[in-house]
Amino acid sequence: MRRQLEGSQAVAQAVARCRPQVVSAYPISPQTHIVEGLSDLVRTGELHPCEYLMVESEFGALSAAIGASAAGARTYTATASQGLLYMAEALYNASGLGLPIVMTVANRAIGAPINIWNDHSDVMSQRDCGWIQLFAESNQEAVDLHLQAFALAEELSLPVMVNMDGFVLTHAVEPVDVPSQVEADAFLPAFEPRQVLDPDDPVTIGAMVGPEAFTEVKVLMHAKQMQALDMVPRIAGEFEERFGRGSGGLVRTYPYPLDPAETVVVALGSVLGTIDEVVDELRAEGVDVASLGIRCFRPYPLEEIRGALCHAKRVVVVERAFAVGIGGIVGQNVRLALAGLPVPVYDVVAGLGGRAVTRRSLRTLLADVVAERIEPHRLTFLDLNHELLDRELRRMGERRKSGPHAENILRDLGVVAAGSH
Amino acid sequence: MPEERIKLYQLGTFAVGNRLLDPDERTVQSRSERSNTLTSGHRACQGCGEALGARYVLDAAMRATEGRLIAANATGCLEVFSTPYPESSWQLPWLHSLFGNAPAVASGIAAALKAQGRSDIRVVAQGGDGGTLDIGFACLSGMFERNDDVLYVCYDNEAYMNTGVQRSSATPPAARTANTKPVGDEPGNVFGQGKNAPLIAMAHGIPYVATATVANLHDLEHKVERAMELHGARYIHVLVPCPLGWGSASKETIRLARLAHETGLFPVIEAEHGEVVAVTKIRRPVPVEEYLRPQKRFAHLFGDPPRTDVVARVQAVADRNIRRFGLLEVD
Repeated sequence: MRRQLEGSQAVAQAVARCRPQVVSAYPISPQTHIVEGLSDLVRTGELHPCEYLMVESEFGALSAAIGASAAGARTYTATASQGLLYMAEALYNASGLGLPIVMTVANRAIGAPINIWNDHSDVMSQRDCGWIQLFAESNQEAVDLHLQAFALAEELSLPVMVNMDGFVLTHAVEPVDVPSQVEADAFLPAFEPRQVLDPDDPVTIGAMVGPEAFTEVKVLMHAKQMQALDMVPRIAGEFEERFGRGSGGLVRTYPYPLDPAETVVVALGSVLGTIDEVVDELRAEGVDVASLGIRCFRPYPLEEIRGALCHAKRVVVVERAFAVGIGGIVGQNVRLALAGLPVPVYDVVAGLGGRAVTRRSLRTLLADVVAERIEPHRLTFLDLNHELLDRELRRMGERRKSGPHAENILRDLGVVAAGSH
Repeated sequence: MPEERIKLYQLGTFAVGNRLLDPDERTVQSRSERSNTLTSGHRACQGCGEALGARYVLDAAMRATEGRLIAANATGCLEVFSTPYPESSWQLPWLHSLFGNAPAVASGIAAALKAQGRSDIRVVAQGGDGGTLDIGFACLSGMFERNDDVLYVCYDNEAYMNTGVQRSSATPPAARTANTKPVGDEPGNVFGQGKNAPLIAMAHGIPYVATATVANLHDLEHKVERAMELHGARYIHVLVPCPLGWGSASKETIRLARLAHETGLFPVIEAEHGEVVAVTKIRRPVPVEEYLRPQKRFAHLFGDPPRTDVVARVQAVADRNIRRFGLLEVD
């Protein structure tokens, strides 16, 4: 039944339907409403049996999840931004130990400068931590992905991260269908761990491994992730069969099925909604454009992406993060999928730190790309305020002790906004 | 004939396999049904206090729980020497995650067991002084304040031995480590406050806090048994001499642990809910010099000229402990 729900509340209810036995959490915006919702459900007894651990840090949250999962409990946590970074060491540990923890990441920028709003800097910084990484476009998909994530994690004995855009999705109220307990139970079987701490059958987990076998253990991790390339579409298919709606999977195209289009825009997460609207507008105007959404970024569905893009004349990657000192992150991955093909890839960084990605900006961008006013292989920043940048660059050139960037630019922004310069 | 009152002391109590004791009073370790939880074949150094301590602690805990025990282990010597691939010395379910998260991992295990209704299974977490007092301190404090049902055991050898003897917040003043070398005006570790983990644990008001040394293994086993009678967060801090890091002979491990107690440098206490309930008295305080001299980490105090001033400062630390905890036995 579809109900008006805040994204976080919807996810909290969906997670509760998955019957986690341990939830560990630490507050960080914008994931707080999710774990607050779960706290309520545990306190009222609606989610039972479940232990809710309010720990002292994100590092502690994931560490408790590691212990709980190794003890055979279905385990959930959530975080964002700095919290994900604070978990970094434990992220690699959870995946290295092969523990099927599910975690929501309410994607948010990373400081400095401190910023609580949405982009993908957090998840992209941990893209190679060994977790399966799924991306939700809408709150309905976020709900659906959590059920699929537990199924996937437990089948492969690997941790899964469900990414949903902070505020844009977590705090948006829209109609969502949260599966009933009966539906969820029918889709998601009880957790049967591959390894468990049990006095009746004592095992050592987390032994030291030297050069004689370290490579083999790591190769097994990789092999399990690659298995997910088959498992993700299969589970999405089972979900669609049962619930009658498509969500998840490796990639999705718009329009579907994708006819070979001249220009294909690639993105992850909620920005795809805006991109699809622009695709509709431009196609109505006769521009041959389409979109490709990457729903599973790790493991990386290289073949599917290559298949979807190989006939394109050009590919525009709109990404909400970038790697300082080199450029686009998703762009690099897309180029890898297109290796050997003469398809230029445009890296466009958009929506950093919560800056809105508007239809108008995307239309301008695509018009510039189609008219070849932008060079491929050159990093493009959408809606960049050149005046602000130039002022700070000038100040740095003029004097050695030019001061902190962020504060200077904020001061300038006030001056610019007041129109007094 | 004038009467002279004398007091007789039992001297054999430190002996582990004391067959003169009633069977009920013998150590877990001297019983044929001991579980050998940390079994032989591991790679600890000769004379390792930590291996000895861990074996006693876990066998006692296994006996108290009838073998229904799970252990979480911090990174460190204990983890490295016990699980060189493809071997493991652990005869109980054992999980090593990271250096700084053993208390949180143990909290997670305890939460899972509770949710699964497996209340018969208990949880112990263990780490060295670095893993406990430094990098794992936030997780430890969190586990304490939530009063999670975990016994945490810190094996304190007073430095980062696994990485090559660097200073930790448990390293005593004046001790030589790899980064507090005996050079400069103040050779060895600084005279700071350090970190008194047992007192900090007590400040959390948790059900049980105790200190012990590997010199008195009866006492250590007794404390583990007491801890396992209780639920909630419990903490045992065991002094475990390290021949490698302390620069002492392997055969001196037990004697040095005993001297640490008898000088007053390492108070052996027991506390419940933040209140000290028992202290192990010192019959005859030993001058700290007797403890410091056999250890190469203090050799710079006994060179030419000897640093009697520094030894006096160490003695002052011991004297303060004796006053503070009432360690002197009053006849």
